[in-house]
Amino acid sequence: MAKQHDHSHDHDHDRDNHLSETVLRVKALETLLVSKGLVDPAALDAMVDAYETKIGPRNGARVVVKAWTDPAYKARLMKDATAAIAELGYSGAQGEHMVVVENTPAVHNLVVCTLCSCYPWPVLGLPPVWYKSSAYRSRAVIDPRGVLQEFGLTVPDDVAVRVWDSTAEIRYLVLPERPAGTEDMSVEALEELVTRDTMIGTAKVAAP
Amino acid sequence: MNGVHDMGGMHGFGPVEPEANEPVFHAPWEGRVLAIRRALGAWRKWNIDAGRHSIETLPPADYLRMSYYEKWLASAIKLALGAGLITQHELETGQRDPSVPVATPPLTADKVMPAILKGGPTHRETTARPRFEPGEAVRAQNINPKGHTRLPRYVRGRQGTIERDHGAHVFPDSNSKFEGENPQYLYTVRFAARELWGEAANPDDAVYLDLWEEYLDVA
Repeated sequence: MAKQHDHSHDHDHDRDNHLSETVLRVKALETLLVSKGLVDPAALDAMVDAYETKIGPRNGARVVVKAWTDPAYKARLMKDATAAIAELGYSGAQGEHMVVVENTPAVHNLVVCTLCSCYPWPVLGLPPVWYKSSAYRSRAVIDPRGVLQEFGLTVPDDVAVRVWDSTAEIRYLVLPERPAGTEDMSVEALEELVTRDTMIGTAKVAAP
Repeated sequence: MNGVHDMGGMHGFGPVEPEANEPVFHAPWEGRVLAIRRALGAWRKWNIDAGRHSIETLPPADYLRMSYYEKWLASAIKLALGAGLITQHELETGQRDPSVPVATPPLTADKVMPAILKGGPTHRETTARPRFEPGEAVRAQNINPKGHTRLPRYVRGRQGTIERDHGAHVFPDSNSKFEGENPQYLYTVRFAARELWGEAANPDDAVYLDLWEEYLDVA
């Protein structure tokens, strides 16, 4: 649930009532749909499980670290990201057509969807609340540097900021810069460094 | 449509508020809504573009007030009613109409992962030649369609440069109305931040959008 600006007890109480009403509505809808044979409750369980346990930003981190450590893979990834990402077993819903954009000392990339909340699900999972918020969707294109400051990231004036507004079915993954001092790290340790936000573009990979 | 969903460039929504250690779902009902909407989609009574339009056409005040999954719930109900999968009476009583035979769900648990991994690609083969090529200057049309469109207001009438050609993709404006896929070339178009937002913007910054051929003119 989006963080509320008003933290008064009355407000929270209203919100709780409203939420329990939503819980009941969802339960009633599911019961109706199951009784009509329109949805299989086991399929719903499987769908929830897929996004809670199988499909998330660890997938994207594997892509990033493979690109950092395997120049031939990186070349394939930059040329045809959909195929290169599928090599690792990630494909499909909301990542049917992938493009990877690379951060460099001269370029910082940031991904948004101003019209809804398009996001590369196969590699990052479901989007966080802030990515879907009106604040992010409205400001990422007009004030990307201000938005990045709110994430604690100051991009110098001589570094170009490129914002990718996901208006079609192309989904974007940022390839963050590999920090210095990580030359001797294992693949697993490198993957730990690559957070979700570094692949959206709201953070840089921190040196260990 | 010039809806409240088209919020690129708007002010007044406050700061972005990231949440530390955010869970995938904040409550179990959110996951159920995601799964219900996708499982209903397996009936193929609508497409992704019609689905997006059903959210855009929520009353603007509701759109801004509702959370993402509240919008998905409202949309799932709207789409299911519109497609005749359920009736208003069934929704209000919670009881199925006994005169309608019980159906067999197209999406079963064993088909969930294969369906996710397959997705719904929108690229289509075409014999048409692309009208534009990378490096070419283009101008986004100043159009105001009342239906679904993926041409945001903040680039209409603005000049950009073709960055990349993605081949032909399903055209959302027609597909959302069930008037056919009308596949046409899709391009990544680069707009300089100064072209969009004026001289206060950094001269090297840019915004890239994926725009269909029909949205573009030669600059």
